[in-house]
Amino acid sequence: MKEIDALNLPEDVRYAEDHEWLRPSEDAARIGISDYAQDQLGDIVYVELPAVGRRLTKGEEFGTVESVKAVSSLYMPVGGEVTAVNEQLAEAPELVNTDPYGQGWMIEVKVTDVAEVAALMDRAAYLKALGG
Amino acid sequence: MRAPLGTTGLILNEPLLWERGRPGRRGASLPAADVPPSPMDPELCGDGPDFPDLSEVDLVRHFTRLSTWNYGVDTGFYPLGSCTMKYNPKTHERQAALKGFAAAHPLLPAPLCQGALQLIWELERDLAAITGMDAVSLQPAAGAHGELTGMLVIHAHHQHQGHQRSKIIIPDTAHGTNPASAALCGYRPVAVASGPEGVLEPSAIAAVMDEETAGIMVTNPNTLGLFETHIREIAAIVHDKGGLVYADGANLNAVMGIVDMGAIGVDVIHLNLHKTFATPHGGGGPGSGPICVRRRLEPYLPVPRVAKAGERFHLEADRPLSIGRMGAFHGHFGVMVKAYSYIRSMGADGLRRASELAVLNANYVKERLKKDFHLAYDRPCMHECVFSDADQAPFKVTTLDMAKRLMDYGFHPPTIYFPLVVHGAIMIEPTETESKADLDCFVAAMQAIAEEARTEPETVHSAPHRTKVRRLDEVLAARKPCLIG
Repeated sequence: MKEIDALNLPEDVRYAEDHEWLRPSEDAARIGISDYAQDQLGDIVYVELPAVGRRLTKGEEFGTVESVKAVSSLYMPVGGEVTAVNEQLAEAPELVNTDPYGQGWMIEVKVTDVAEVAALMDRAAYLKALGG
Repeated sequence: MRAPLGTTGLILNEPLLWERGRPGRRGASLPAADVPPSPMDPELCGDGPDFPDLSEVDLVRHFTRLSTWNYGVDTGFYPLGSCTMKYNPKTHERQAALKGFAAAHPLLPAPLCQGALQLIWELERDLAAITGMDAVSLQPAAGAHGELTGMLVIHAHHQHQGHQRSKIIIPDTAHGTNPASAALCGYRPVAVASGPEGVLEPSAIAAVMDEETAGIMVTNPNTLGLFETHIREIAAIVHDKGGLVYADGANLNAVMGIVDMGAIGVDVIHLNLHKTFATPHGGGGPGSGPICVRRRLEPYLPVPRVAKAGERFHLEADRPLSIGRMGAFHGHFGVMVKAYSYIRSMGADGLRRASELAVLNANYVKERLKKDFHLAYDRPCMHECVFSDADQAPFKVTTLDMAKRLMDYGFHPPTIYFPLVVHGAIMIEPTETESKADLDCFVAAMQAIAEEARTEPETVHSAPHRTKVRRLDEVLAARKPCLIG
């Protein structure tokens, strides 16, 4: 398990309390889970994602992520419509471990209310929430 | 001083039967045919299944060798939390093998199987007395099937009231199958977090309970091994809004004959005969998951029901409010005979004593180990206690590492990474089976592992060392499962 100061927490994404990240964008904001989350879960073996076109509200479950230890729910950091899902994760779930903010992205959404994006944590606030 | 349990010995390798077989081998030699061959309908001919050719001794050695790789409660301590791996007395097997039970055909008319029906009828009443409930159905095949049956009863109750509901409250300390059972009945699970003491707080239930909520599914004692001390208040909140209280009775081993489930507000509870009532688990099963209900829910129980008229027993199916059949015939009858045998050989005082000793054993392990392992909730527990790997984190030793290392010491590992509310959980349920001497051996092994974590963490990381196979690649197995030989 990584020490807090060894975590990779990029500045260009915003973070939710449930450890999802969102990279703000006009019409296709990508969502995944943070380095902290993937590190805590351990080796990820399966990722279940929603159908494209689904509308979900902030806090609603958009999928599950399964590691050797447990199955965990994934929650929407903001409300929006799912415009794309990362099909690669079906064959290579380990991308969430190896590249959580890049190839390990999970879904792309068209955000309903940009104010919800602003309400998410930046790097400093998330780091503080993790106790760093 | 006893010698350590874990050791190495001559453990034989054994290939798959397909690799062991040779064309032409067989178990019996048949004489040459002395009648003319009679051709078969070609439509019935073709390649048979791919079975290996084996002699009798091939087969016997194969399965005998495999059996020596096994570990069960008859081999040693099996502290698998939440599973109640208690010893299964062998006398139960004897009663279940009695010809009148074992050879009874399930389609026998009632007048020809009075003894079997009487056993079902009496076992229902024994379970009602043990739990403080009014009526019992023995049909459900095992625990989760019992949950589903119980939820269907609750669903039928709301339907009959004229207003179906859409949600069900499920605490984070409930058993993992609860949300699935409720969802199968069309209820959306609403998760509620337990309070800082590890038990539910009435205010948290009051905040989510409404007239659209069918009720609550509460595991009591919960999966932290703690008794839900506010259960009466919680039941009152649920009942006030017209909801029902479902109790997951998987942890009944802590409270047999001690807690009156009816009096604390439970409307439906399922039991696991294969846990609490000492019938075999898993490969030695099958299970049995009876449900016990309060009087007003009895009309919804599955049919047929065994009924008694005078001194005779018969089956009743004409119950218009019943949810119907939950399985073929009467449920897992052989398991019922074993549970009945257990209850009758223990008696009321014996059952209560078993629960008391199960709780005492868990508290003994908890107190002995809490200096070496972080205790998630440091308060008296029921039949199981939950530690975590927080104290080993500085040495990068995890719960999984320690569970694997425990096998080197000759013990089955406890339940790990459950319940989810405790990070890196190590869930130990010793049951009443173990003597103090055996518990002390286990405690000594756990303490030795804690010491190894501090002084030689690599030994723990690379465990197990003495087992037939070393650490398996669980990640590869889960990502790329190989489902054929």
